[in-house]
Amino acid sequence: MIALDLYKILKTSDGDLPLDIKLDIKEGEFITIEGHSGAGKTTILKLIAGLIKGDKGKITVDKKEWLNTDKNIFLPPQKRNVGFVFQEYSLFPNMSVYENITFAMEKTHHKNQVNEIIDIMELEKLKDRYPLTLSGGQKQRAALARAIVRKPDILLLDEPLSALDIEMRLKLQDYILKVHRLLNLTTILVSHDISEIFKMSDRVIRLDKGKIIDEGIAHDVYRKNYISGKFRFTGDVLKIEKDEVVSIVSVLIGNNIIKVIAAGEEADDLKPGDKVMVVSKAFNPLIIKL
Amino acid sequence: MNEFQPIILSLELAAITTLILFVVAVPLAYWLAEKDFKLKPVVSALISMPLVLPPTVLGFYLLVAFSPNNFFGSAVENIFNVRLVFSFEGLIIASIIYSLPFMVNPVQAGFENLSPSLKEASYTLGKSKFQTFTKVLLPNIKPSLLTGIVLSFAHTIGEFGIVLMIGGNIPGKTRVASLAIYDEVEAMNYHSANLYALVLFVITFSILLTVYIFNRKYLKLGRL
Repeated sequence: MIALDLYKILKTSDGDLPLDIKLDIKEGEFITIEGHSGAGKTTILKLIAGLIKGDKGKITVDKKEWLNTDKNIFLPPQKRNVGFVFQEYSLFPNMSVYENITFAMEKTHHKNQVNEIIDIMELEKLKDRYPLTLSGGQKQRAALARAIVRKPDILLLDEPLSALDIEMRLKLQDYILKVHRLLNLTTILVSHDISEIFKMSDRVIRLDKGKIIDEGIAHDVYRKNYISGKFRFTGDVLKIEKDEVVSIVSVLIGNNIIKVIAAGEEADDLKPGDKVMVVSKAFNPLIIKL
Repeated sequence: MNEFQPIILSLELAAITTLILFVVAVPLAYWLAEKDFKLKPVVSALISMPLVLPPTVLGFYLLVAFSPNNFFGSAVENIFNVRLVFSFEGLIIASIIYSLPFMVNPVQAGFENLSPSLKEASYTLGKSKFQTFTKVLLPNIKPSLLTGIVLSFAHTIGEFGIVLMIGGNIPGKTRVASLAIYDEVEAMNYHSANLYALVLFVITFSILLTVYIFNRKYLKLGRL
């Protein structure tokens, strides 16, 4: 059982923003934190890891106090048994994959423990390679192996997959789920990707401006906002071509350019670069497995 | 034997200076890269002063400071029994100050260019600040360290004005190669001047070449 009570004033470009979070996490739970950038997601992970100091608060992990500002307790990151995977991999370039993983261990570590992790993460073939020679997905696998080799009390994943392409991301999601279950880890993931959140999380925490605005299982949390009979996307206007009566507006949604017909007056307000929402309802789309 | 003495003296001076500079400047560079404080621009400016100041200006002030008639010079003389003016020891201190920016600046840039998450990753893996410094940070700024070492070494070999002011051109003690060249030219002894000049040229060229070869290799492999 992990109890978090975190408070810190974040310095943002819009002025001071208080981050104020209370959260209880069960052992073995997989939690995802989602929210806009600047909402304080990474800060939460770093507060838990002890990489930054909060203004006040408490962190209790299995009845052990990692932080208690009332009692002036602050365990440094070295004394908190966490695994942290960073967005930019952060493998040590001067060490091979194997050395990166054993770096986490004490001198008298058990080879078996390291080998077990290398096995699970399927890094046997890569273990003598150096980070610069690895692909993004391989790096992140090695970074994940390094983070879990000490069997951390909490595994913290700071958007670890956001720099990977979709195929790699799906594979890495499977690896993360595998180690989470196999080692019975308690995991906190920061993610933007709704499909990732549905697939991975037991519970999702939605964060906005330093506060929890919603929490629960993914299906319940997103049903209110996302799940409905209509398609709704936001995108950027790229180009407006005026025709006789209507205008054809090209909108960039994700990586797709979609052409939408707008009636004369509708298009008058628009100019390239505007953010728009494209909505379509009362239709019956096809669903095809890829 | 006497013919090569100035060159040996130059190399000795450069080696000792570089060694001491390394020990002093690496922690200093790390401190400057990590911390932000109000007086930091002042500290940075002071360290970089030798880059722009005429060596004679620095030499003059050091000469005044080192003089046994003044506080610093007399304190050093009383405590360590060393006279800093017109001595090899004085040259070492002057060279350290003079070459400080050549060591501090590249090393500081090296630390600043490292992703902060390397350090954070090491901390979360249970490693102390010192272990992180020696096993993660230092090995990953090797090109910067090498650049710092080589530039300091080469710059110390090449210094002239400050050595002349502090050292006073005493054969076997403070008459380094750069001074010897000047002396030999003054004495119309072009053969010896040419010898010293050529040796200095070859030495400095080879060490700079080594650095560029290493740095190229590092860029390719990401490590040394």
